[in-house]
Amino acid sequence: MTRRLCARFDECRAAQRAALVTFVTAGDPDHATSLALVKALPEAGADVIELGMPFTDPMADGPAIQASGLRALKKGETLDRTLALVREFRKQDRATPIILMGYYNPIFIHGVGRFLDEAKAAGVDGLIVVDLPPEEDDELCLPALKAGLAFIRLATPTTDDKRLPKVLGNTAGFVYYVSITGITGAATPDFGAVAAAVSRIKRHTRLPVAVGFGVKTPEHAAEVAKAADAVVIGSSLVEAVRTSLDAQGNATPGTVGAVTSLVRNLAKGVASVRKAA
Amino acid sequence: MAETLMPLVLDLERAYADAKADPDFRAEMDRFLAHYVGRPSPLYFAERLTAYLGGAKIYLKREELNHTGSHKVNNVLGQILLARRMGKTRIIAETGAGQHGVATATLCARFGLECVIYMGAVDVERQKPNVIRMHMLGAEVVPVQSGSRTLKDALNEALRDWVTNVADTFYCIGTVAGPHPYPMMVRDFQCVIGDEVRAQMREAEGRLPDSLIACIGGGSNAMGLFHPFLDEPEVVIYGVEAAGHGISTGLHAASLTGGRPGVLHGNRTYLLMNGDGQINEAHSISAGLDYPGIGPEHAWLHDAGRVTYLSATDEEALAAFQLLSKLEGIIPALEAAHALARVIDIAPKLPRDHLMVVSLSGRGDKDVPQVAEILEKRTS
Repeated sequence: MTRRLCARFDECRAAQRAALVTFVTAGDPDHATSLALVKALPEAGADVIELGMPFTDPMADGPAIQASGLRALKKGETLDRTLALVREFRKQDRATPIILMGYYNPIFIHGVGRFLDEAKAAGVDGLIVVDLPPEEDDELCLPALKAGLAFIRLATPTTDDKRLPKVLGNTAGFVYYVSITGITGAATPDFGAVAAAVSRIKRHTRLPVAVGFGVKTPEHAAEVAKAADAVVIGSSLVEAVRTSLDAQGNATPGTVGAVTSLVRNLAKGVASVRKAA
Repeated sequence: MAETLMPLVLDLERAYADAKADPDFRAEMDRFLAHYVGRPSPLYFAERLTAYLGGAKIYLKREELNHTGSHKVNNVLGQILLARRMGKTRIIAETGAGQHGVATATLCARFGLECVIYMGAVDVERQKPNVIRMHMLGAEVVPVQSGSRTLKDALNEALRDWVTNVADTFYCIGTVAGPHPYPMMVRDFQCVIGDEVRAQMREAEGRLPDSLIACIGGGSNAMGLFHPFLDEPEVVIYGVEAAGHGISTGLHAASLTGGRPGVLHGNRTYLLMNGDGQINEAHSISAGLDYPGIGPEHAWLHDAGRVTYLSATDEEALAAFQLLSKLEGIIPALEAAHALARVIDIAPKLPRDHLMVVSLSGRGDKDVPQVAEILEKRTS
């Protein structure tokens, strides 16, 4: 079920480098530009695409991703359109894994069964749903696994050794380690502490460990790549979207390029660290 | 709930269970409730309002006479004593009308704790007096600019603070919502309202009341009044949501009347949302009711049919605000005026021996500038 994800992590391992996971919000700054951007990400160096499903009340996100989600909603992005975006992307790319990231209410309202069927058919590989802890696995995690979608759990600095097995229990695809106690795009993590945390998690699981939150520059990406199997970058990419917009908040001819050139640099940062195969 | 907060919430659940079982914790609560908050609050027979409406005998539960001017202090006292027990030194809270923020800032001043209050920028504007009070009490007030800049966004921002400052910070939630154990814990702390009403009504009339009525945003004053009577089937219970400009306009805060079940802020309950599960902004003249959700236990009582949930518009609340001020010399908070608005049409239809208890959850001082401005615009 995690075929595309496993294959991609295997490829990166064979190339002796960490994977680059890029987050952008579906429909930001508008649906067409967002589709063009997602299509351009793999060529720029994204190994895995994490696609945000915009939500009005993103409690775990910092100002950059909040603003990105609101831009998308303002331009009429819906869950249906986000799934359509994945379908369009899959017409040209059968290899790059896509993870949908978001909050539970829009999925709950869409209907869990219907959502999972449509996501699977569209070519989604996994889900990150920030506000569903393992205590609520019956809601979405277990049905998702049954439907053949990976459910990627966040582990955080507050997830101690006693709780880790619970968090990792039904996790599939990879584990997402949140490098800081905080929201997305906030403080720069302490890379020494991140490395220690990754080895701690690896004592509990054989799944790849991705690290995100607060990772902004190619230098940060390189630091994280030393310890982790994958580096997740989000806030700085949606910030690149924002700064490329015109005064009315509309996309410009430079929007896609602003993000892909940043992704190219981040990919170089990640690839600069040679890892054991 | 986000994973970062799960261990904290589980820790809180254990700490609360521990405190609840400790007679010393209860004794400390009772001491402060009596000598600092000023409890019990009176159960007052509103003679002129009763005569004016010509039906049920109306009693007001005077929560507005508590220290800080509303029922909010009952819950804050409990949570602050718990925070101290847990060794937390920094308190954060969200606030809508500012009543919960003022109560939190007050107890933080009393116990020398750092206090940060998140308040929607829109509410900072319309509830100025309470913002000034919080500043005087030494709290930092953060105007929240994200989203709709009202109560739900203040809650989001408080959660973002908590997720960032996990080690020393206690999140003091103001209503019967949020992740477990908050809805239960806040209810327990507010039950002092209903417990007192039972004893006071027995003393005044020798029996239980026939009906209870309270306004509902998240629903903490209502839950505190209702809960001790839920197992008394003969007691009729009404909750009153804010209907804003009217339910049919879509501009309201009535989650039960005009919303549907969803998941937000760590609880499953009725929410105002669009067809795609995006949360709608709530609209109410009262900042304290301006929340697109409702405590999950109210959602349950609604589905179970135990409590009848009604609503009152901005206009109706404004009329009730003026009526009580003039008839009883009590200026109610706009929140409580929503409950009074329904009393105005329910009470006249009831017999004179019907005993009705209205939760007067807060006093209206904070609303005086806003109401004056609205009324001035009309006369000019």
